[in-house]
Amino acid sequence: MNVIIALIIGFLYAVSIYLLLRRSIVKLVIGILFLSYATNLMLFFAGGLTETSPAFVAASESQDAIIANDSLPQALILTALVIGFGVAAFSMVLIYRFYKETGTVDLDDLSDIEKL
Amino acid sequence: MMLFLPILISLVSIILLIACRHRLKCQQWISLLAIVAQLVAAFSIFLKLNETGHLVAQAGSWPAPYGITFVADYTSAMLLIAVGLVSLAAIIYSIGFVDEVRQRGGLFVLFQGLLTGVYGSLLTGDIFNLYVWFEVMVISSFVLITLGAEKQQLRASVKYLVMNLIGSMLFVAAIGLLYSQLGTLNMADIAFKLRAQAIPPLVNSAIMLFFIAFGIKAAVFPFFFWLPASYPRAPIAITAFFGATLTKVGVYVMMRFYSLFAQLDIAFWQPVIFIVAGLTMLFGVLMAASSYDIRKILSFHIISQIGYMLMGIGLFSVIGLAGAIFFIVHNMFSKTATFMAGGLIYLYKGTYDLKKLGWIYKTKPFLAFLFLVPALSLAGIPPTPGFFGKFFLLYAGFEGGHWTITIVALVVSILTLFSMVKIWNEAMWKPELESDKLKVKSVRPAAWMGTVLVVVFTLLLGLTVGFTYEYFVMAAQQLIDPMNYIKAVLPDLVLK
Repeated sequence: MNVIIALIIGFLYAVSIYLLLRRSIVKLVIGILFLSYATNLMLFFAGGLTETSPAFVAASESQDAIIANDSLPQALILTALVIGFGVAAFSMVLIYRFYKETGTVDLDDLSDIEKL
Repeated sequence: MMLFLPILISLVSIILLIACRHRLKCQQWISLLAIVAQLVAAFSIFLKLNETGHLVAQAGSWPAPYGITFVADYTSAMLLIAVGLVSLAAIIYSIGFVDEVRQRGGLFVLFQGLLTGVYGSLLTGDIFNLYVWFEVMVISSFVLITLGAEKQQLRASVKYLVMNLIGSMLFVAAIGLLYSQLGTLNMADIAFKLRAQAIPPLVNSAIMLFFIAFGIKAAVFPFFFWLPASYPRAPIAITAFFGATLTKVGVYVMMRFYSLFAQLDIAFWQPVIFIVAGLTMLFGVLMAASSYDIRKILSFHIISQIGYMLMGIGLFSVIGLAGAIFFIVHNMFSKTATFMAGGLIYLYKGTYDLKKLGWIYKTKPFLAFLFLVPALSLAGIPPTPGFFGKFFLLYAGFEGGHWTITIVALVVSILTLFSMVKIWNEAMWKPELESDKLKVKSVRPAAWMGTVLVVVFTLLLGLTVGFTYEYFVMAAQQLIDPMNYIKAVLPDLVLK
């Protein structure tokens, strides 16, 4: 199971880097989204993969008998997701305005920025 | 409780600012009052430190390492004060400089939003909380840099956005890796666990990812190209504030992480930091030498000066680190002052292009003086603070026997002087072309007041270095031996 998860995360990173290196600004934004998915998934599994162990253990049960699941990464990922959502919304508005103002989605047209 | 004050003031002022968003005067006063209140809070934190050395606050009274910890030591307290002073000058300058459409469009709310993130990053003792504060800071800056939505600004902000998001994602990935190995997010707890047990395999990868993430935020050598592409495009009042806060917080966090985690592997990290620092200095200053636009030259100098701060981190001796912290404070003041003086030149002449400017020394001698002081400070001429900052760093460099980086720093210092002399010759002394004479726009007095204020801060920092020096040394000692930091956060810990 660990290997499969690792491969999926690696694949997501590969997809995002491929998209980030494209010239189209739309693909760039999708690349950023995939980068955050890959990272969030990695954060999600930072607590380790354990089967059939509960997240909460009742105080009456002996603490040693059951290995409890680590639920903190799930709290972390919620925060990261919310932030990612806000940033994604902002970047979509930004590229829309960019397209409206410049009439292009080609990142190579950015290079004339160096000319002042 | 006291440690939460700067952030609490920010949050309350943001609510008030949104409530009176239709009244500009009201917004300006609320912003000013909030910044003065934060300054008072920062000073009281600093004074309280004299008794204890470290101040620790646990959010919701959850004991560390379970809750979110806020920690202040001398480094963070002094940077809090410096940020407070700079933001006071920057907000006054913005009131005078930024056009009314932008001011009504949420400038003050975003300013406070950015400050919330800066104060949070300086005070937090928890790496995931640090990520959240970084995002608060970076998202405010995204909106600030696009405020007004001119064509050039939009183009610039695409680069800024993408690079900063990649940095943030690497930061989260590093947090995930570190958590999976050590099972804790509290910085003091991580530092303790790394010292108490053999270092697990993925920790070094995590620290490298941290270094790259903060390297992107601080604009160090291979990751700096977004800064000159984006900073010069925003209104210069906003650029001045960015230059004073965003990159410097990146350097501060690097310093903190180097002290707590990376110094355990100093044999690997010291050469890396030196190479990065040297190349950052050189590339920044060389690109500045080839530019003829005031904003661009000054933006490149931000990068070059970051190299000096990194050098201080790499040296990791008491005087080296004291020099690095002093350099951060000096740069906040001097850099902001040069940007603001450049903005005043723009208000009078309508251009940032050095080839079109001239004779400011003849027509506006006081403006020329306001530019001269911070420019000499950046170049490192006594008695300005830049001289003392460089003196500490170079002294520590020779003392530690790190000849190469020290000689690079000296050469870069001369090139910095060259850039500043270039601006001076072209804008101040050169006769003005008759055809380029533009009529003087009206300049609101607040723009002058902000500039004078930050120039006075620069001069004061240089003149009082005899009194403040011991505090910088104490800050450096706290960073070199983080055991007191760890003990302050985790008092119940049994240390070997």
